[in-house]
Amino acid sequence: MTMVPHPLVSFVIAVLWLILTGVTPGQMVLAVLVGLVAGAAFGKLTAERVRVRRPGLMLLLVGRVFLDIIRSNYQVAGLILTDARGRRRRSGFVRITLDLTNRNALAMLAIIITSTPGTAWIELDPDDNGLLLHVFDLKHDQDWSRVIKTRYEPLLMEIFR
Amino acid sequence: MTAATVLSWVLVTSQICLVSALVLAGMRAIRGPRAQDRVTGLDTMYVCAMLLMVVTGMRQGTHFLFEAALVIGTLGFVATTAMAKFLMRGEVIE
Amino acid sequence: MTHLEQLPPSVAIIVAVLVAVGSVLTLIGALGLIRLGNFYDRLHAPTLGTSWGAGGILLGSVIMFSTLGSRLVVPELFLGLMMLVTTPVTLMVLGRAALHRDRAEGRIPHDPSGPAG
Repeated sequence: MTMVPHPLVSFVIAVLWLILTGVTPGQMVLAVLVGLVAGAAFGKLTAERVRVRRPGLMLLLVGRVFLDIIRSNYQVAGLILTDARGRRRRSGFVRITLDLTNRNALAMLAIIITSTPGTAWIELDPDDNGLLLHVFDLKHDQDWSRVIKTRYEPLLMEIFR
Repeated sequence: MTAATVLSWVLVTSQICLVSALVLAGMRAIRGPRAQDRVTGLDTMYVCAMLLMVVTGMRQGTHFLFEAALVIGTLGFVATTAMAKFLMRGEVIE
Repeated sequence: MTHLEQLPPSVAIIVAVLVAVGSVLTLIGALGLIRLGNFYDRLHAPTLGTSWGAGGILLGSVIMFSTLGSRLVVPELFLGLMMLVTTPVTLMVLGRAALHRDRAEGRIPHDPSGPAG
């Protein structure tokens, strides 16, 4: 057990503290203390350490998600305005079996899928790693499972190996 | 018409939009029909109230309302998650 | 409205566009919440407000206060980051709770295992 079990978490929390309170010497001391305590508390909570192998790929992932969110915002907003009762659109559940097992990578995938309008993460079956999604517009049903399988999953596997 | 006038009109319109969104979400929270619909409506109300704080702060040129927005956001998250957890454990299955 | 007149016109227009896009998207999201037919469809509506709805308004606020104070104002980014992380958690727990309740009452809207219809 080292003095700083989670350096990244402690650092981020200290920086956020300084952003919210303003940079003065007293607040800097307080920020370091809060960061250390919060990092230690975080260590008690999580079972698995976050290991980001390829920070560069992380940027690629963020860029992809950014573009996808813009695109699906546009699509879902249009569908809500034109076809709320679902005459030309079919919504429903999709089940995808994931190869991803790392818990941090799964959490990341959950954030990506849910914050993209049009897809919602409902449940992950721990037995066969099957993910239950709800898709707003199922006309492109195959499209969505392919997007997750080819666009996100390999990248996440590469980042959190 | 200067750019500042445009911006001030946009800010007022944006406040109207957000209040309408708040009312619509409130209607969903009242109408239901099931508990999970009400919780979703309430969660959207929290988000709208938070954004309304940010836009009002922009209109008045102060940064003080930002703290209020932060508190609303945090409380909204905790409240909604607690209610959703209660729905899962609370009444249907004992 | 003196502080708005201090903004350079180009910045004022950018802020206006961002705020307009953000609030209109939030309104569309709330409209979806009231118009859509079933719970699982409605679950998608609030994400409009929390992704680009909040993003546009917060970005506009960052640009405006940074230009006015001639220093970078970042707390809004913190708020945006918080929303980005907390909203999926909320919606995921809600979705699971709804599925759980529907299953317990024996009414599942579509068959999740097969191609849904």
